[in-house]
Amino acid sequence: MKRRKFDLAATPGKAAVGVDDRFAVATPLRKLLNKVFPDHWSFLLGEIALFSFVVLLLTGVFLTFFFEPAMTEVVYDGSYAPLQGTPMSAAYASSLDISFDVRGGLVMRQMHHWAALLFMAAIVVHMLRVFFTGAFRKPRETNWIIGSLLFWVGFLAGFTGYSLPDDGLSGTGLRIASAIMLSIPVIGSWVTSSVFGGEFPGTIIISRFFIAHVLLIPGLLVALISVHLGLVFKQKHTQWPGPGRTNNNVVGERMFPRYALKQGGFFMVVFGVIALMGGLFQINPIWLFGPYEAWVVSAASQPDWYVMFLDGSTRLMPAWEIPIPIGDGYVIPPLFWPTVVLPGILVGLSTMYPFLEARHLKDRKSHNLLERPRDAPARTAVGAMAVSFYIVLTLSGANDVIADKFQISLNAMTWAGRIGLLVVPPLAYYVTYRLCLGLQQHDREVLAHGVETGIIRRMPDGRFVEVHQPLSASNGHADGHGQLDYVGWVVPKKMNRLGALGPAIRGFFYPIEKPVEAPVSPGHPPVEARPEREEIGSGESRR
Amino acid sequence: MSTHTEHQASQGPEPLDVNDPKLTRFDIVREGARRDDIEIVHYEPQVLPGTKAERRLTRVVAGFFLITGLAATAFLAIYIWWPWQYEAGRGGDKFYTPLLGFTLGVALLAVGFGILTWGKKLLPKEVSIQDRHEGQVDSEGRTITGQTMLYMADELGVKRRPLLGISLLAGLAPVAAVAAAPLVGGLISQPHKNNQMFTTGFAAAEGGQRIRLVREDGRPIRPADISSGGQLTVFPGIDHGVSNRHADSPTLLIHLRDSDAQESRRANEKVGHGDYMWGNYAAFSKICTHAGCPASLYEQQTNRLLCPCHQSQFLITDNARPVFGPASRRLPQLPIEVDSEGFFVAKSDYTETVGPDFWERP
Repeated sequence: MKRRKFDLAATPGKAAVGVDDRFAVATPLRKLLNKVFPDHWSFLLGEIALFSFVVLLLTGVFLTFFFEPAMTEVVYDGSYAPLQGTPMSAAYASSLDISFDVRGGLVMRQMHHWAALLFMAAIVVHMLRVFFTGAFRKPRETNWIIGSLLFWVGFLAGFTGYSLPDDGLSGTGLRIASAIMLSIPVIGSWVTSSVFGGEFPGTIIISRFFIAHVLLIPGLLVALISVHLGLVFKQKHTQWPGPGRTNNNVVGERMFPRYALKQGGFFMVVFGVIALMGGLFQINPIWLFGPYEAWVVSAASQPDWYVMFLDGSTRLMPAWEIPIPIGDGYVIPPLFWPTVVLPGILVGLSTMYPFLEARHLKDRKSHNLLERPRDAPARTAVGAMAVSFYIVLTLSGANDVIADKFQISLNAMTWAGRIGLLVVPPLAYYVTYRLCLGLQQHDREVLAHGVETGIIRRMPDGRFVEVHQPLSASNGHADGHGQLDYVGWVVPKKMNRLGALGPAIRGFFYPIEKPVEAPVSPGHPPVEARPEREEIGSGESRR
Repeated sequence: MSTHTEHQASQGPEPLDVNDPKLTRFDIVREGARRDDIEIVHYEPQVLPGTKAERRLTRVVAGFFLITGLAATAFLAIYIWWPWQYEAGRGGDKFYTPLLGFTLGVALLAVGFGILTWGKKLLPKEVSIQDRHEGQVDSEGRTITGQTMLYMADELGVKRRPLLGISLLAGLAPVAAVAAAPLVGGLISQPHKNNQMFTTGFAAAEGGQRIRLVREDGRPIRPADISSGGQLTVFPGIDHGVSNRHADSPTLLIHLRDSDAQESRRANEKVGHGDYMWGNYAAFSKICTHAGCPASLYEQQTNRLLCPCHQSQFLITDNARPVFGPASRRLPQLPIEVDSEGFFVAKSDYTETVGPDFWERP
């Protein structure tokens, strides 16, 4: 009997054939490998959020191995000397243990916290990108809604997580949260009592927040993120206008290998930055705050940054209590408006925006090409209005710190916030609108007359004029240069964008290529653009 | 596969025979892309094989990966051998977390930059165009699917046999309630059990025994313990009075100066709290009526109490009236006196609701 030869090189091929025989995946796999993605730096912002979420899952699982979600009273006997012998909840004691008695626990805890802040920040910046470029328009309204919900679910994830250590600061946050629930008309006291299992603080809230934080909310996040990505995949990414780019195609790179490599590398970079922050920058030093005690608080108690706008709105709200004289009398506390009604309005407005805009513009078409912010002045101005509203609130959330550091009266800060909240957004709208129009006008000007060269020429009659470099060859217009159409993409406005005045030699420390040898004759310096310079108006030109 | 294939005309509509031995591997790749409606219009190597640039970039990428290896090894060495346990005053452990973060960060950043350089600089640049098939609505498909679904409804015959639909609904609605009932029923909790929202730890015990005011360590307080202009956080002198179990009981006991005390008494009389003070001593709830933070920053000069959470300010000499910020209600006042042994006691519980406002409070 002849022994069969074992051919090692053919093994992967055979295995692949075997897999395809059973699952018939060759063609779907090819489609996946081939899928084309457009490339622009602003498309990576959402990725930062995704990658931070992965880091959150990894570090979070580590933390659950050591955290004890219980409010049982224990006496601390860990290695952090200043708190030894202090009665505290088991949750706080185990958080201290993670920081001091688990090897490498502190770096994990800090990475988890930084990743959470980065997650929320990336969501917000990604949302701004999508908003200001009009990427939310039909057919992507659903994904916009899911994205907005992701912000609020992330907000809940952050708040529940931040409350778990049960330290002095987070306990104060919980106290405020309970007061917010209490302020809801009619059902407030029932809601609070049901959530906290009795009167604040009760003994169960940490365990309930724990299961919400490690199972329910992450589950919801994973589900929403999956749908979000699935829709991007199905509907294909939007792209900027440019040469060859239409509403009906995607111009870019196939997903494998280059695009995927870049994504993988970027993930590692995000992960690395979070690790650096987690190690080098202290965050939430809970051992300094002590255990939560209902009678202790210190000034400058600020929540994480993404909660600060609600803190700000609460501070700015005037003390308008609405009494309702029926029966024994009822009351709507002022806390209700800035913490329940305002977020409700914000959720409604932000999720409905794509439909509001489409209705206003009577726009029922599908849009796969992005718009530069200047080309949609009304939308850009509305966005600027929203951003300035948010910034006034966030700053007001820290108005006591600002007042302290800059020696301003606290009451003046509050009044500045109250007035600013009404005055700044409309102002931002007006200024942004004018800026957009100005930028549009300048684009058209350059297209019509060319780029300013900085060369001043004296005319025979004594006038001085600046020489313009036209962007296109003359086409017989009276003024000598042709008019180009605006195509919704960057117009070169400086000579080095045209290939002139660029750096003569490429390379950071030393030239990586020999400078172009050009025949130099007196009076005729080489003026031609070098071949590796991009063409005018190329869609790739920003890279 | 390093050919420059810019703007090559498509090679006819008929698919290539991919088993043709004359085809290069890249030809097959491009044929595959074509079958997915992708045209590779530009494909250009960034570095030519064997050039100095290629060797240089290869060295850079390899260098990054080696840095990763070094940093990761350093991480492990520090993790294992660096003194890490907290010990007051020693200090070496202070660098443990920063060193871990730094080495881990460098390891990850280097592998990231290595992969990025590999992908961005060494791989060929390409421009591919994929068709979106946007606007080519498959109306026939819509019709077929729509009709199929309508036919399914016909088959079920709910229209002809309405009883089926009604009975199904009648049957399923309670099932949904069954699913929700344990959750709602288990979580719901009566907020007014023992009148808990309107009482604090100062409510007199069953024997009518008045509750003493005690310090954080549980000792009772004599008037002489607080100097004029001073203040002290006090608690009900009961079991667990100084704990979060009585989170609504912490109280601020203030010894007012003479002139302020007179002003206070006049203000108290106006709201019917004429006998709530004892001498120049007044006691107000420390729990802010706005969001429940402890209003704990007392400004002696102006007799204002500031809540650091949302900056509500209460004027103590005007019966703790809110004078600025979002709070709309006075801090409740605790009626106090001194018992026969010379210690402060609460005459009764607070006569107003302590803590943040809610619907049925009045």
